[in-house]
Amino acid sequence: MNAEATILLALTLPLAGAVGIALAGRVSPNLREAVTLVTAAGLAVAVWSLLPVVMAGGRPGVTVTELLPGVEIAFSVEPLGMLFAALASGLWIVNSLYSIGYMRGNNEQHQTRFYVMFAISLAATMGVAFAGNLFTLFVFYEALTLSTYPLVSHKGDEKTVRSARVYLGILLTTSIGLFLPAIIWTYTVVGSGDFTPGGIIEGNIDGPAIGLLLGLFVFGIGKAAVMPVQRWLPAAMVAPTPVSALLHAVAVVKAGVFTVTKVIVYIFGVDFLLAAPSSDWLLYAAAFTIIAASVVALRQQNLKRLLAYSTIAQLSYVVMAAAVLKPLAEIGAALHMVAHAFGKITLFFAAGAIYVAAHKTEIHQLRGIGWRMPITMTAFTIGALSMIGVPPTGGFVSKWYILAGAFAAENYVALFTIILSTVLNAAYFLPIIYMAWFMPETEAAAATHGEAPWPAVLALAITAMLTIAFFFFHGAALELGRQVVENLS
Amino acid sequence: MNGLAQHLPALQVVVPMLVAAFVVLLRPRGLAWAACTVASVLAFGIAVELTQVVLGAGPVTYLMGSWPAPYGIELRVDALSALLLLVVTGASVFALVSGRQSLDAQIEVERQPYFFAAWLLALAGLSGIVVAADAFNIFVFMEISSLASYVLIAGGPDRRALPSVFKYLIMGTIGATFYLIGVGLIYMMTGTLNLADMEFRIHAVAEQNPILAAAGFITVGLALKAAIFPLHVWLPNAYTYAPHMATAFLAACSTKVSLYVLLRFDFFVFQENLAGHAFQFAAYLMPLALLGILVGSAVAMFEKNVKRMLAFSSVAQIGYMMLGASLVTVAGLTAGIVHIFNHALAKGTLFLAVAAFAMVAAGVRLDDLRGIARRMPWTFGAFIVAGLSLIGIPGTAGFVSKWYLISAAMELGPAGLPLVAVILISSLMAVVYIWRIVEVACFAKAADEGTSAVSVSPALITIMWFAALANIYFGLVPELPLTLSGAAAAELLDHLP
Amino acid sequence: MEILGLYHYWVFAILLMTGFYAVIAKLNLVKKLIGLSLFQAAVFLLYITMGKVDGGTAPIFSDAANAVFSNPLPQVLILTAIVVGISTTALGLGIVVRIKEEYGSIEEDEIQEIDRR
Repeated sequence: MNAEATILLALTLPLAGAVGIALAGRVSPNLREAVTLVTAAGLAVAVWSLLPVVMAGGRPGVTVTELLPGVEIAFSVEPLGMLFAALASGLWIVNSLYSIGYMRGNNEQHQTRFYVMFAISLAATMGVAFAGNLFTLFVFYEALTLSTYPLVSHKGDEKTVRSARVYLGILLTTSIGLFLPAIIWTYTVVGSGDFTPGGIIEGNIDGPAIGLLLGLFVFGIGKAAVMPVQRWLPAAMVAPTPVSALLHAVAVVKAGVFTVTKVIVYIFGVDFLLAAPSSDWLLYAAAFTIIAASVVALRQQNLKRLLAYSTIAQLSYVVMAAAVLKPLAEIGAALHMVAHAFGKITLFFAAGAIYVAAHKTEIHQLRGIGWRMPITMTAFTIGALSMIGVPPTGGFVSKWYILAGAFAAENYVALFTIILSTVLNAAYFLPIIYMAWFMPETEAAAATHGEAPWPAVLALAITAMLTIAFFFFHGAALELGRQVVENLS
Repeated sequence: MNGLAQHLPALQVVVPMLVAAFVVLLRPRGLAWAACTVASVLAFGIAVELTQVVLGAGPVTYLMGSWPAPYGIELRVDALSALLLLVVTGASVFALVSGRQSLDAQIEVERQPYFFAAWLLALAGLSGIVVAADAFNIFVFMEISSLASYVLIAGGPDRRALPSVFKYLIMGTIGATFYLIGVGLIYMMTGTLNLADMEFRIHAVAEQNPILAAAGFITVGLALKAAIFPLHVWLPNAYTYAPHMATAFLAACSTKVSLYVLLRFDFFVFQENLAGHAFQFAAYLMPLALLGILVGSAVAMFEKNVKRMLAFSSVAQIGYMMLGASLVTVAGLTAGIVHIFNHALAKGTLFLAVAAFAMVAAGVRLDDLRGIARRMPWTFGAFIVAGLSLIGIPGTAGFVSKWYLISAAMELGPAGLPLVAVILISSLMAVVYIWRIVEVACFAKAADEGTSAVSVSPALITIMWFAALANIYFGLVPELPLTLSGAAAAELLDHLP
Repeated sequence: MEILGLYHYWVFAILLMTGFYAVIAKLNLVKKLIGLSLFQAAVFLLYITMGKVDGGTAPIFSDAANAVFSNPLPQVLILTAIVVGISTTALGLGIVVRIKEEYGSIEEDEIQEIDRR
């Protein structure tokens, strides 16, 4: 099957899978789970088959339709999108495995609806990853917001609905209010929105307008959670944990920073932005987000909310790295997308497993839990170390490249921020690890429980191993990242 | 074209009109509805045929009785007329084919023949306005359609429709009479009623007071009929208390036709001739359009009755159309005109869904719709799709108009920024009022689960979904409405100096 | 002299505004309709007077040579408009009858009060 057809397959397969899941759900839960896993596996195979093509330098693309004059729905696979798509599709398999354990272990309602909307969300994610121009990306970006809403509001009780309202409100307000005008502005002055190496803005806008347009993009892409549009991420934690794990550690948030990076590299152009003084603010905004989010995380008692604020900070690592505008830092941004994904998904898996097995959500309840749930807490420890950036975890690799890029740019703000945030990360993760392993149990922990259901444990073990494996085997990701920045100074 | 085909413009009006007379006599139950539906479908077929002719060969002119213009009565169908004919006849067909159950429930059996006769007269009147090429016939058809609409609105079981329709009658008649005064003043100065002739003759007398006064009267009169802010006050109550299918039909097309007449007059007759009229047109109407957009959306956010909420939303949407038109550029006019089409699709579907809700729930207030998504998932799905189109989510028809409108506003440079801001803010307000319904329907506990045994007719669900999918289709393949709108915009601007 | 010569326009304007005032200010629905009729009658007057030709007679064919006729077109237009006006008034009165049946009153403020309850 040629590359163009594979691209379209990557989009339609999850949608077909969604229909299949809906039908299978009426027959039996096991059949439904099987359809999900098969669809996820099929998607991963399709997406990964494009990997050798892209690594060799190929950039397959396909135009579907011209909607309005000059505005098309077109797809084009370039290294960054390839990385993102491979990441999301691969982790969907693991996440589906985890979901089986979690949803059944928790006896959740409306499971069919859950799996159906998940598949649709993955289709939207593929659309974002493979989008060939701003308009196509916007279509699937909005689709991702809408398809994840039923997942976030899954529980259906009043508190959840209110939080889901915040989620939808912030994401739609930023996308319609800021992102859309930025896109139309780009199309109006440039004539097209195609992602092109080197950018398309040069020569069409100059002066403070550049900074303004960049601002519209960065804050309009609310999924990147740059402050002050980050409130939706903690609000989304009311969702079941598989949703938080894949979507809000991998798909949705990565779609955000992926889009920001793509805009910086392929719409503005790294060299162009470097020369434009009005874009300097981005670095400071990202740095501020990192520090502020880390500080807030310090004060969180709810485990998932802590992880949410950690995610906000980690996302801005990517934004800040992209804003450093040096090739090594851009590579670091790409690598961090992967490293953070592996680490964070492990952390969320662990948090969910703890909830299913012990019904514990607050940090102070986790004393001594390491001995009851050794596999889970080992995975948690690995994930936390990756966040801090300790070798031999994946987080170390990406931090190394970001630091190298910051050094090359002599960007002391970035350097200082990374160092400070590393300290802060340690400050909020290490106490949890210490409490889990080295403090005795208290209170109702007397109720005996073991690990979570086995599919969940298996999933988190896999992602923990991936986190460590990334330290040793990150060649493919490095190659893709390198291809993004070739031809840059 | 030969044979019957060459008389299509006239048939567009005559078919519904003659069948209306006939329908009054059909007493057996359901026969009146059937005849009305058949006539609507025929009218839609004629509209489609005319559209194809216009797209292929350009505007179609027809002389009644072969009397030459400007002495005789001329009918003219160009791109703008074709688009509106599709909207008017399409709305009628959709509402009728899907609405049998709803109409049967709301209109008393003895009154049905009269109701459906009035429906066809309204259809004939609206079609007539769109195909007429002289000012007085427009007036006559306008009054025919208005009078018939009054009957339609008052036909339902809710007694509050009566004071609402009385207010509509008063305001509508004043509007039509203002229009008549304006036409009279123009006739006095130019001696002709034919629009094309008027455009030619008005050159000589353009600067004199009667013409300026005429422009004012005509604009205000049509603004009353088109529910342009602040002359929109008759609309919310009239649409709320009318029978649900009548609302679906009227909301999709009746005010848009008055907008059409306003565009014709302002671009064909006045623009070329009055110095500074272009500026005045924009200067007066743009702020009113902006206010209409903001006020309409804002009030909709707080409304508790879903029909009235959608009616205020219509006021805002008419504001979008006026905003596009007042930009007086190709992009702006295209945006405004294509929104006539896209809004009809979205609002029509929404009102069809509301009609379905009304059959199962106790009423159409927000509280009555608690938990209705669980009982009526299909209807609710169609409602969401149409709601997304109203908000302007990409992939839906509403997004196409929004994109064009924002692009057109951006073309103005920095001066267009407030316009862009208004459009975006009102889109967000639309998110609020649509999502209120979504939340109540999905998450709230129903007051009494499953007491109503009424099931919605498959016809209604099918047509509703057909309309909802049309929203998506025209959102991804908007060629037809865009071609027509582009041609219409080019024509309108062609007449400018 | 000019102003007095345009007296028919003054009559038109006064009738128009009288009718309009009645429509807006009166609370009784029938009085509103009367105002509306007055409003429309003013417009009829405008059309007819504009069609009058100095020294012209009724526009009916006659064999007299060099006969001067008033313009027939406005008169025809007004016939149509009068019919429209009658239909509107008839419909309006019908609605008023129905309102009386449903609400028991034809005063606008009382009806609003009843609806508010």
